[in-house]
Amino acid sequence: MRWLLIGIIVASTTVAEVLQSLGMRRHGEIRDFRPGAIGRAAGLLARNWAVVASVVAMAVSFFAYMALLTQAELSFAVPATAVTYALETLLARLVLKERVNWLRWAGASLVICGVVLVSL
Amino acid sequence: MQNDGTRLRIKSWICATVVVLANVCGNFFMKLGMPAELPTPLAYVAVLFRPQVAFGVSLLVLWMLSRMTLLSWADLSYVLPVTAVGYVLVALAGRILLHESITGRRWTGILLIMAGVALVSVGSAPQTVARKHAPADAAQ
Repeated sequence: MRWLLIGIIVASTTVAEVLQSLGMRRHGEIRDFRPGAIGRAAGLLARNWAVVASVVAMAVSFFAYMALLTQAELSFAVPATAVTYALETLLARLVLKERVNWLRWAGASLVICGVVLVSL
Repeated sequence: MQNDGTRLRIKSWICATVVVLANVCGNFFMKLGMPAELPTPLAYVAVLFRPQVAFGVSLLVLWMLSRMTLLSWADLSYVLPVTAVGYVLVALAGRILLHESITGRRWTGILLIMAGVALVSVGSAPQTVARKHAPADAAQ
C-alpha cells in the first residue's frame, strides 16, 4: 500500500512541478514584491492554465502524501519520493528545453543517491 | 551596479531559503498533528482543522508560493537540487525533535545531498533560458 501511494505521489508531483515551471516561465520574472504587485500577479496566475493544472496535480500529491504519513515515518516518507528528481531533471531538459550542464547532472545524481541512502 | 547574473544568484539563494524552511517546518507540523489512521474520506478533511495540521498546511502554502516565485526566474533543473537541502533538514529534525534514528548509511546520504546542493548552487547559474519581466511589473 505504501508503495502504491509513493507511485501516485511521484507521478502527480512530477506533472505538477513541470507544469508549475512552465506556467511561471510564461508569466515572467517576478521583481516587484509590494502587496499590490503580488496581488496583480496572483490574478494573472489564476488565469494561467499551466499554473492551475499544477495546483490540481499538487493537491492529488498532497492528499496521497497525507495518507502515506499515517503509515510511514517522516524520514521514510519524504526521501522515498526522490525518484521525482530524476524524472523532473530529464523533463526539464526534454520538455522545458533547459540547458542542463554537467554540474547540474552531477548535482542531481548526487542528490538522488543521497536521498536513496537516507531512505534505506 | 551589480551585474544581472549576481543579482539573480543572490535573489535565488534568498528565495530558496524561504522555500526550504517553509517546506521543512510545514512537513514537521503536518507529521506532528497527523493521527495514526484516516479511516474515512471525511477524516482527511477533519484533520485539516487540527491546529498543528492547519499551521503545517499554511506553511506548505507559503512553500508553494515561494517556489512558484523562484521558478518565475530560475530553471527547474537548478531549483530541484538546490532545494534538496530540505531533505537534510528533515532528517535532522526527525532525529532531534521526533527521536527517529539516523544510521551511518543515512549520514552518508546526507553528505551526498549536501555535495549535490553545493555543486549546483555555487557552480551553476540559476537561469539558462531568458525570461521576460512579469506583466504586473511591466505595467508600471
